[in-house]
Amino acid sequence: MTEEKQMSLADMKPGESAVVADVGGTDALHRRLLDMGITPGVKVVLLRTAPMGDPLEIHIRGYALTLRVDDARKITLRSIDGKGEAHA
Amino acid sequence: MSYTFALAGNQNSGKTTLFNQLTGSNQHVGNWPGVTVEQKTGTMIHHHHGKQTHLGLPSLGWWSRYRHGHDQADEAQELPKQYTDVKIVDLPGIYSLSPYSMEEIVSRNFIVKDKPDVVINCVDATNLERNLYLTLQLLELGRPTVVALNMMDEVRSRGDTIDLAMMEKTLGVPVVAISARKGEGLDELVGRAMELAEKKIMPARLDICDGAAHKALHAIRHLIEPQAVAADVRPRYAATKLFEGDEPMMEELKLSPETRHIVNEILVAMEKELGMERAAVMADTRYRFIEKLLADCVVPGADVQGSVSDRIDTVLTHRVLAIPFFLLMMLLVFYITFGPFGSWLADGFAALVSDGISMIAQALANWGVAEWVQNLLVNGVLTGVGSVISFLPTIVILFLLLSILEDSGYMARAAFLMDKPLRKIGLNGRAFIPMMMGFGCTVPAVMSARSMNTQRDRRFTIMLTPFMSCGAKVPIYALFTRAFFGGNQVLVMSVFYLVGILMAVVAGLILKRFMFHGDASPFLMELPKYRLPTVRNVARELWDKASGFVKRAFTVIFLATLVVWFLQTFTFSLQAAPNVEASMLGSIAGLIAPIFVPAGFGNVAASTAVLTGIMAKESVVSTLAVIAGVDSQSAQMLTAIRGVFPSTLAAVSFLLFILLYMPCVAAFAAMKREMESGRFAFFTVLSQTGLAWLVATVVYQVGRLLGLG
Repeated sequence: MTEEKQMSLADMKPGESAVVADVGGTDALHRRLLDMGITPGVKVVLLRTAPMGDPLEIHIRGYALTLRVDDARKITLRSIDGKGEAHA
Repeated sequence: MSYTFALAGNQNSGKTTLFNQLTGSNQHVGNWPGVTVEQKTGTMIHHHHGKQTHLGLPSLGWWSRYRHGHDQADEAQELPKQYTDVKIVDLPGIYSLSPYSMEEIVSRNFIVKDKPDVVINCVDATNLERNLYLTLQLLELGRPTVVALNMMDEVRSRGDTIDLAMMEKTLGVPVVAISARKGEGLDELVGRAMELAEKKIMPARLDICDGAAHKALHAIRHLIEPQAVAADVRPRYAATKLFEGDEPMMEELKLSPETRHIVNEILVAMEKELGMERAAVMADTRYRFIEKLLADCVVPGADVQGSVSDRIDTVLTHRVLAIPFFLLMMLLVFYITFGPFGSWLADGFAALVSDGISMIAQALANWGVAEWVQNLLVNGVLTGVGSVISFLPTIVILFLLLSILEDSGYMARAAFLMDKPLRKIGLNGRAFIPMMMGFGCTVPAVMSARSMNTQRDRRFTIMLTPFMSCGAKVPIYALFTRAFFGGNQVLVMSVFYLVGILMAVVAGLILKRFMFHGDASPFLMELPKYRLPTVRNVARELWDKASGFVKRAFTVIFLATLVVWFLQTFTFSLQAAPNVEASMLGSIAGLIAPIFVPAGFGNVAASTAVLTGIMAKESVVSTLAVIAGVDSQSAQMLTAIRGVFPSTLAAVSFLLFILLYMPCVAAFAAMKREMESGRFAFFTVLSQTGLAWLVATVVYQVGRLLGLG
């Protein structure tokens, strides 16, 4: 898979924002990610990581969502922006 | 004529508050048939006041109407009384109607198969974008629907304006602004819902697709229309589900392989054209529709950024501060529950209960009731049930604190913080809540494991919760501390609690390796905004928990105490036993006592206490007292205990066994129910008892070798 080479949500640093390119995962996970609003083209902001580095807290579609780093790896990004426009 | 309303909405949308407001105390908690998903039903108490309101207007209009609503009640009796006979079914809190969780499946089946007269969709108006995603799916189901925009008070105070009329027009269903917390807008909501029910007003046709997606959906719809009609499913809904690749829908329509193939071809062509996979196309289509709707209907206020909730979170989930704060919170919960305040309350209540029992005992003696009846009632029933009831204040305080933490939104953060450590033992952050409750009482802890998404996660979590030393074991530790450890209670209790947690970790690692392979279900969780818990909700929750506990005390525990009383009062030849050792219970205990010899407490008294502890952990202390023939609160009790356990090492070994062996029968009953398997529950308690014996024996033998015994 080329997924590894592409930037994913797991590569983001707190405060950065990005646009989702593609949502991977199989069956339940894939569907759950989409249902929670992580769809191609949506803007996400990484708010913070838990004290032990996992899971992540993201801001998406006006609310806060937590997901694990492993699952975040399945969400590829178009580009990561700096801290400038930190609201989705 | 009676109606059924279904209440649907996201988690954290204030649905429970709305349900409580609409039904008051007329609630019934049960299970959805065949699954361990809680089903709450209630009878509606808010009556339609008859005033038909025009399309809802933003802010002031509806609120002043509500204000005057009560005064107008008498002048507005347009509807016959019988229409107020409305049953409300509270559907589980869900984000979607996909077929991947039991909650979502029961919700969609209920709406499609049971055809409620109205679906009330509770929506968090401060979080419209994601909440309306479910709304769009509910509308596909084609039942009369009213959207309740909840938390409008917060929207107003944020300075946002929502054009309700525009939203109604776009969605094609009534939209009512409410605040369930404050009880605002409920009359209008009920009014609109009654109107829908009476006139059977279906949602207007809503076309959210465009372009290639629209073409594909249209084509599928045409293709499967006959099958959908035959299966009594709305063709539009069926087509949408097939579009999403929904397997249960393919089964339901009994599509032939050819039809399946054509559906797939249509979707593959569309995927090629759009460069996006089918489920993503549908989710994207819905969200784009919502984005446009919000652009048209919502004017955001000034303070979009940096809400209070965000600022609280920068501290509470801070990289460095989060864990210390979390530990402090947990310590505080325990300190309040088991510390001076909690024990004062518990002791006071226990004294009250014991006074009550003595009074009844006196009265029975005065009436000249037969001695064996007195014995049965006082020593069997009252003492047994009383010892459990004495535990009520502790349970109540613990649940009060936990439900405040839950309602405020902190529990979700705790799950966020604890996910990584819990993941190491094959669970996810959500398992934290049952574990935490386990320190209070295993029964509700086991029941709260329902919040886990899959049966694997539920069973796994339930197997570990009994390791959290339950509150009923506190008096045991307290007594032994006084007898053997010079009253150093906090230290001793901390050690035993930690040993319990440690054993849970070990058991988790073993279970993950040999029984529950792989990972827990995906951990995707909303972190809701912090909100002040409402007294009403917390009180309701507390009442449910406390009354459930009392009910159990009078059923399972009542029966258990009767059995124990019978066994310890009579010999096998059904003669009155001169003492406990000579009774049936004593004889059984005598038989199993040798098993405990390697663990250092192979005597009849300790074994009897182990047996009665299976009925209720509180009984351990009282059994030891009864056998010694002393009052459990007296100074002689300490001497008696030292007589039963010849060395501190033996006492430690006994306490370890008590800490780890099978939970009480009430907990076992709950485990069997929630695990949906008697075999699993049996395996759990047997392996726990085995582990307890092993740990106690190893500690005792190693201690002896070190010359401690």
